[in-house]
Amino acid sequence: MAKRIDVSGLTAYYGSHKAIEDISMTVEPRSVTAFIGPSGCGKSTFLRTLNRMHEVTSGGRVEGKVLLDDEDLYGHGIDPVSVRREVGMVFQRPNPFPTMSIFDNVAAGLRLNGKYKKNELQDVVEKSLKGANLWNEVKDRLNKPGSGLSGGQQQRLCIARAIAVEPNVLLMDEPCSALDPISTLAIEDLIGELKERFTIVIVTHNMQQAARVSDRTAFFNLSAVGQPGRLIEIDDTERIFSNPSVQATEDYISGRFG
Amino acid sequence: MDISTQKTDQAPPPTAPPTTTEQKRAARGATRPGDRIFLGLSRGSGILLLAIMAAIAGFLAYRASLAISKDDANFLTAFEWNTGVIPPKFGIAVLAFGTVVSSVIAMVLAVPIAVAIALFLTHYAPRRLRSPISYVIDLLAAVPSIVYGLWGALILVPQMDGLFGWLDEYLGWTGIFSWDQGAPRSMLTVGILLAIMILPIITNVSREVFRQVPQMHEEAALALGATRWEVVRMSVLPFGRSGVISASMLGLGRALGETMAVATVLSPDFDIHASLLNPGGGTFAQNIASKFNEASEFGRDALIASGLVLFVITLLVNGAARAIIARRKEYSGANA
Amino acid sequence: MSHAVVNDKRPSTLRGASLPKWSPWAIAAGSIALAVVIGLAGGLDSRAQWGLIAGLLFLLGTYGIAARVEGRRQAKDRIATALVWVAFLIAIVPLASLIWATVQRGTKVLDVYFLTHSMGVVADSEAGGGIYHAIIGSLEQVGLATLIGAPIGILTAIYLVEYGRGNLARAVTFFVDVMTGIPSIVAGLFILSLMLMFDMQPFGFAGSLALAILMMPVVVRSTEEMLKLVPNELREASLALGIPKWRTILKVVVPTSIGGIITGVMLSVARIAGETAPVLLLVFGNPFINTNPFEGAQASLPLYIYQQYSQSAGSTAAYDRAWAASLTLIAFVMILNMVARGIARWKAPKTGR
Repeated sequence: MAKRIDVSGLTAYYGSHKAIEDISMTVEPRSVTAFIGPSGCGKSTFLRTLNRMHEVTSGGRVEGKVLLDDEDLYGHGIDPVSVRREVGMVFQRPNPFPTMSIFDNVAAGLRLNGKYKKNELQDVVEKSLKGANLWNEVKDRLNKPGSGLSGGQQQRLCIARAIAVEPNVLLMDEPCSALDPISTLAIEDLIGELKERFTIVIVTHNMQQAARVSDRTAFFNLSAVGQPGRLIEIDDTERIFSNPSVQATEDYISGRFG
Repeated sequence: MDISTQKTDQAPPPTAPPTTTEQKRAARGATRPGDRIFLGLSRGSGILLLAIMAAIAGFLAYRASLAISKDDANFLTAFEWNTGVIPPKFGIAVLAFGTVVSSVIAMVLAVPIAVAIALFLTHYAPRRLRSPISYVIDLLAAVPSIVYGLWGALILVPQMDGLFGWLDEYLGWTGIFSWDQGAPRSMLTVGILLAIMILPIITNVSREVFRQVPQMHEEAALALGATRWEVVRMSVLPFGRSGVISASMLGLGRALGETMAVATVLSPDFDIHASLLNPGGGTFAQNIASKFNEASEFGRDALIASGLVLFVITLLVNGAARAIIARRKEYSGANA
Repeated sequence: MSHAVVNDKRPSTLRGASLPKWSPWAIAAGSIALAVVIGLAGGLDSRAQWGLIAGLLFLLGTYGIAARVEGRRQAKDRIATALVWVAFLIAIVPLASLIWATVQRGTKVLDVYFLTHSMGVVADSEAGGGIYHAIIGSLEQVGLATLIGAPIGILTAIYLVEYGRGNLARAVTFFVDVMTGIPSIVAGLFILSLMLMFDMQPFGFAGSLALAILMMPVVVRSTEEMLKLVPNELREASLALGIPKWRTILKVVVPTSIGGIITGVMLSVARIAGETAPVLLLVFGNPFINTNPFEGAQASLPLYIYQQYSQSAGSTAAYDRAWAASLTLIAFVMILNMVARGIARWKAPKTGR
């Protein structure tokens, strides 16, 4: 299932403003890659270019290549809708569909493709909720609205919804920043389990979190406000946090930044 | 006196709590003459509003009772309106039927189109077009109904011949769409005109609702690989449903009570017709406007009685709309 | 197991067959051409029918072609897009026609003479005459209605936002909602029932009262919205300075939101200026100039339009006058609207930064 991502020479714009410039990296399948860096350095923008969500915002456009197992996401004739089915995404704030029940939320992605028998659907929903470590908490109230859950449960519901369609890659945009420490821990444990099946990319502001969950870490920075963000370095997480090869990374990690 | 306690609740700002003297002063404020007068004026206005509502219901009911008590026919079921004869015979059956039929036609035509236009303005139209089109629709909502009536009678009616002939040819067998080649001043024309009239209102309210759909709900659908239509179906429409319902009810209220546009277009009679294409029938408001000039005092009371029924119907429609919105609230995205 | 099911259903590649960008235009052009052919061949003389056929062909063509080339989901998406566009175009036609007809026919007799003369003894079927008496009537009736309705509406809104808690406020809120839905003819009947009670003849001020009733709930709603936008910190800052509440409201709260309040009042004035039904019942209409709204029948613009249309038995001169009066009325309403919007933009409450 999991696929490799190869990015080369990627530049993204908002209208005439260049948000990120010339980013190249490789993300290995079945691994967790964390993006860290100061606010405004473009790590979220870069994440959103990986499933073509960037172009949803007005004026958003991209130059460069993003290969998903040798197929360019921005190539001619590629359907962005299919891209987003293969590259799932979890957002900063939990966003279950407010008018749908828990069950329908998880089934939402599957129903897009139409014909599922009822028991098939039930199997997938149960499996996804179990995969998101949420099944035991919600199995008795699958027909209640998803917005009735706690923030952490909602976020795991969103993860269940994302993995229900069996994507190749799972992108997470600061998935824990709106959650309390206990819910955060639950999500971090979950990420550890999910990497057995998916390629995971996570943006985080929390460096301890990056150190805890990721195999590789990429550090982004910008030279000044208004300048495009750049990839400073990407390496094994252990090396980034113990012995980074670039001085700026070390400054940022040790809090000497700015 | 509960006002003064509210005031102390409100007075301390979170950042700079006032000293106790200031608190006392603020609390004492309610007893100042200025405060008393101002509160009296504003509360009096509110009470006046309530009194007006009560008076409307009361006076209409009183005048109506004068008329209905002398009605020799069944007020609810009779198919005639003869207030000049002795004993007078009049009933609202035809008017109720016509009012409902014309409004239903208007809703059936207007609601889907209005929702589509609202979606067009929020999700489909090229960005550059959105604000000028919205502006035009805002202005169209302000066009007086008498102008729609004039346009309907002089421009729309002559255009209907072709459509009516076509409906009669292919759907005439249903009875609903049979046509005797008369002037197309019928319920269907009225319904179409009412649909055009309420379209801007429903569009405006729906557009505001769709615009408020949080970005994150739409992104949730997009990230699952939804097409634009699927995003609309999964996030936008469910979020906006109660808003669209209340917008439609607003439009329905307008259509039910519309007077001039119906009075100019419809060629009325006092009967119920199966065909929507043949002229005839009537609505509450149209009947009042057309019969008013020749009516005696008793005839006016009878018209007031029919107006009371219209009043009650619009109250029920409004109440239903509010109930629907209240029930939908828990499932809406308000808390997400 | 279910895993495998999912896998099978998914397209194996990101690359779906897709129609070129110009295809909607091509399909549209094709359907219009085909509709014209069908219209000519079938001898359909109404252009509206041609348009409907073209729209239908466009929808069917879009769905058929997209379903074959791109698959069912894409076809649904495309047909939704097509439907939305078609709905928009269908709706634009009558609305554009309304504006066009009013401007084109209204300018025929609209001139200074028309604006400055009354109907007087001009018969309905004769050319000549004007709307001066109707303009006077409208201005007086609407002006008086505003003098009554706007203060009551604004004060009620202030009560609801600044003081209102408890049962009275809840009742007022509820009945303001109810009042918004009152048909204008019912408001007219209410005043009529009062006039019947006191055996009064039609006069301008009676119409004003009915219009004021229609205006109040609109003013309450819009003013309420505006007052709610005023941040609480402002009120608290003023109260904490020891300024009495009523002065806080008059000197801080209302001035902050005055732009929005005026906009709301103007929009409601625009709305009642076009009301015909209550005026028909209560003011009756009068071809002569009557500048006294408290005695005798008066004319008004919307009523003038209705009477020119309905009492003229198809006379072209009367229709021309009706269109010209419509154009005047629309112009008045539009100008009010635009000025109101201008004020709203100019005086928008500065919330946040």
